[in-house]
Amino acid sequence: MTHFLARRALGLALTVWIVVTLAFLMMRLVPGGPFSAERRLPAAVAANVDARYHLDWPLWRQYVQYLGPLNVDTHGLFGDRERVFGGVLAGDLGPSFRHRDYTVNQILAESLPVSLALGSLALVWSIALGTVIGVVGAARRGSKLDLWLRMGSSLGIALPSFVIAGLLVLVFALTLGWLPVAGNTSFAHFVLPSLALGAPVAAYIARLVRTGLIEALSQDYIRTAIAKGLPFSTVVRRHALRGGLLPAISYLGPAAAGVLTGSLVIERIFAIPGTGSHFVASALDRDYTLALGVTIVYSVLIYSLNALVDLAYTRLDPRIALEEL
Amino acid sequence: MRTERQGLNSLSQADLCRFTTLIASLAMASGRWASPLWVAAFSLVPIALVGWAWSVALSRSAPRADFVFNSGAEVSSLDPAVANGIPEGRVIRALYEGLYTRDPMNGAAVPALAANTQRSNDGLTYTFKVRKEALWSNGDHVTAEDFRWNFERLLAPETASPFASELWCIRGGRELTTGRDAQGEPVAAGAVPLGVTTPDAETLVVELVAPTPHFLELLASYQTSPVHRASLENARRRWPDDWSTRWTKPGYLVCNGPFVLTSRRLDDRMRLSKNERYWDADRVALRTIDVVVIEDATTAFNLYRAGEIDWLDGTIPPSLVDQLLAGDDFDPQPYLGTYFYRVNTTKPPLDDPRVRRALYAAINRVAICDKFLKAGQKPAYTLVPWGRIGTYNSPPGKKEDLDGARREFEAAGFGPNGKPFGTLQILYSSSDQNRAIAEMVADGWHEYLGLDVALENQEWKSYIDRQANLQYDVSRSSWICDYPDVTNFLAVFTSDSENNRTGWKNPEYDALVEQARHLGDLGQRDQLLRQAEAILLDQLPILPIYSYVSQNMVDPRLAGFGSNALNDQNPKFWYWMDDADLERSRRKMNARERKVLSHGPKEGLYSPRAQIERKAGGRTRR
Repeated sequence: MTHFLARRALGLALTVWIVVTLAFLMMRLVPGGPFSAERRLPAAVAANVDARYHLDWPLWRQYVQYLGPLNVDTHGLFGDRERVFGGVLAGDLGPSFRHRDYTVNQILAESLPVSLALGSLALVWSIALGTVIGVVGAARRGSKLDLWLRMGSSLGIALPSFVIAGLLVLVFALTLGWLPVAGNTSFAHFVLPSLALGAPVAAYIARLVRTGLIEALSQDYIRTAIAKGLPFSTVVRRHALRGGLLPAISYLGPAAAGVLTGSLVIERIFAIPGTGSHFVASALDRDYTLALGVTIVYSVLIYSLNALVDLAYTRLDPRIALEEL
Repeated sequence: MRTERQGLNSLSQADLCRFTTLIASLAMASGRWASPLWVAAFSLVPIALVGWAWSVALSRSAPRADFVFNSGAEVSSLDPAVANGIPEGRVIRALYEGLYTRDPMNGAAVPALAANTQRSNDGLTYTFKVRKEALWSNGDHVTAEDFRWNFERLLAPETASPFASELWCIRGGRELTTGRDAQGEPVAAGAVPLGVTTPDAETLVVELVAPTPHFLELLASYQTSPVHRASLENARRRWPDDWSTRWTKPGYLVCNGPFVLTSRRLDDRMRLSKNERYWDADRVALRTIDVVVIEDATTAFNLYRAGEIDWLDGTIPPSLVDQLLAGDDFDPQPYLGTYFYRVNTTKPPLDDPRVRRALYAAINRVAICDKFLKAGQKPAYTLVPWGRIGTYNSPPGKKEDLDGARREFEAAGFGPNGKPFGTLQILYSSSDQNRAIAEMVADGWHEYLGLDVALENQEWKSYIDRQANLQYDVSRSSWICDYPDVTNFLAVFTSDSENNRTGWKNPEYDALVEQARHLGDLGQRDQLLRQAEAILLDQLPILPIYSYVSQNMVDPRLAGFGSNALNDQNPKFWYWMDDADLERSRRKMNARERKVLSHGPKEGLYSPRAQIERKAGGRTRR
């Protein structure tokens, strides 16, 4: 276990470093800069702005300064005092270029809880509903109910979440008036976005659970269990479910990462100030530091969630040992 | 297999119920590992997650403000010297007040903290008396020294203010920002002292390099609002590393406008509350204002319809315009902005003015305005929007002329029997509206001139970059003025302007604009500028397409909301009318307009002063 965790930690550090370096270079290769605008500044003024954000430095020096942990700036970007440490390795993601009143750390501290809350809600309901639908579908394979559930989940997978979001708003907010159109000032505001965000995940899980369970139910040991005279529900619960859930569990890692990080469209439609909206906006604004900051957070999140899923795997399937992962 | 099938299909309802209740816990903990501990842990996780999400939502709840408006985009900074944009301006107008401000009814520069202004006869020296009763929100007096320090701060290179170059009309301004004089020669720091002095605590004297007729317009721009020196310097001492992100935070920011900042959540909501120390607080009606950031136009529109937003300003989708125009909450007004195409005049055959004239004459502007935009935008044949600003009237631009376009085109050697033209590319930034207009223009050029036109859309910053580096043939552009002055438009296309971006250079044009800029006599100034614009419209490095309209959707109950050509609104003057006043104001409206449901308070909301006046029996002064 310790060995596994140590290896994953090392892998995480290496992954994040590669991601940061690549993202840093890619951001700079894209045409345009954080301060390019339709109304361009006079050269002298533009030079002052660049100097303030060290954009006049050679790229390697900007990179060293950004990564840290040593501060290569003589007086720190914001301050007048000399600072020894700075940069990502010192926990400082730098100032935002677009949001001049905020550092990237401040922006993430404000927006991450919102995104995580939204993502958690979506995840909880989609796992619960997806599993139930999957199990019911598998248990009643071929019935009319199964047909309807399968059609529903196909729709959930096929429809992009912004279409689902639009439909939900139209029905529940504009027509029925049960829930607010958009915003984020009460729990009710989070219901529609989490439904829209979780719908594709629920549909996918339903499908995986159904297939996995049907596969498990056709195994010889199930036949034996039924022959022994066990009630069918006990057979499913005690014998089939474990094997049947495996495909769904392996999907949970990417699903959780996708839901927690992939809420950009939903956040925009429902005016929810989460991290997802910054992910796209910062790239478009050429807000180098914010784009990198969000990328770092996302890569850590995705990597850790996948490690968690691997852990869960060994719990469910004794044939898989941590050492092999 | 068959028995299994039957078994599966004969699952009872009770079994299903048991499934649903046990699923969450059994999912991961079934089998041998199903110790009570695991089951408990795994059922607690979802409950904890939902509970936590609930608490996050709960921590964000806030009672509705007296007035809510959508700023459309997050404000880049609350520091007036650093901010540069329309959303920023709206909030800064509420938080700060400079020497001058704008009358929301007509957009004119009117005194705010300047109790008295004297201009010397040569137009080179301005003497301001600062209002004695003006206070900062912490109780300090606003003094002339505050303004002097702020001019210096705005011009200083370390502030890196985008507005700095506008104030180079102040003596020593350019030297302070760039360390060089007007001829580009290096100047030692302090060799040319800044022409801003304070003979006493309430007198401010500003000396200019040359007469600048639009100087008061600059002072009415929000960028010249003062910030509180002591709190800013205190922040620098307290947080040496990140003071610049600290001093504008709610609870710390000291300001001098009609409102103060109570809370701010990035990309979400800013709560402004009435500043009781504001010198004119008696005339401020609203107690709280929420500035929300909703970038999605449809969402903003839905929230407006639901009464959760009282004012939104932005591009209304053309498909909705017809329907909205009928209501009395949507009243587009002329706006000082022009939508035009830049032409890359360095690239043959576009370097030939005849080709540009042919392109110009073959754009069907009327169709673009009447059939597509529909909100009252006007075909533009001049760079100056609506053909006039203040006393200035543009020379009449040439209208569409298809035969003339063909003649010019053939004279340049192209056309049916001429040289091949190649493909002409229209570059635009990704948006449905830009694409639709580019398609209409391209259709016209193809039909009347036989051109092959390719459309290329680029994401915003790449498009800006391509345009700046002259990597285009024809490119979508627009210009919205910062302050209502013609030079703000015409100076864009002088040879050394960083905003020219057409490669067009015309010494005669440069000389006329430069001469006019420093002319005190307005009549003569307009004359020179008219000549300059005539040259521009003859040479056509740009192809004007239409003049903008403002697109405010605002609750009909709101009063004090002006329709000026800059759409510069000041929350200080806003108030809610009661039913009687609303009825009175609606009597004046156009009979065709439909009364829209107002979500504002029926009993109205008036300033303390207006309440007294109303009690005294008079009608509310509008």
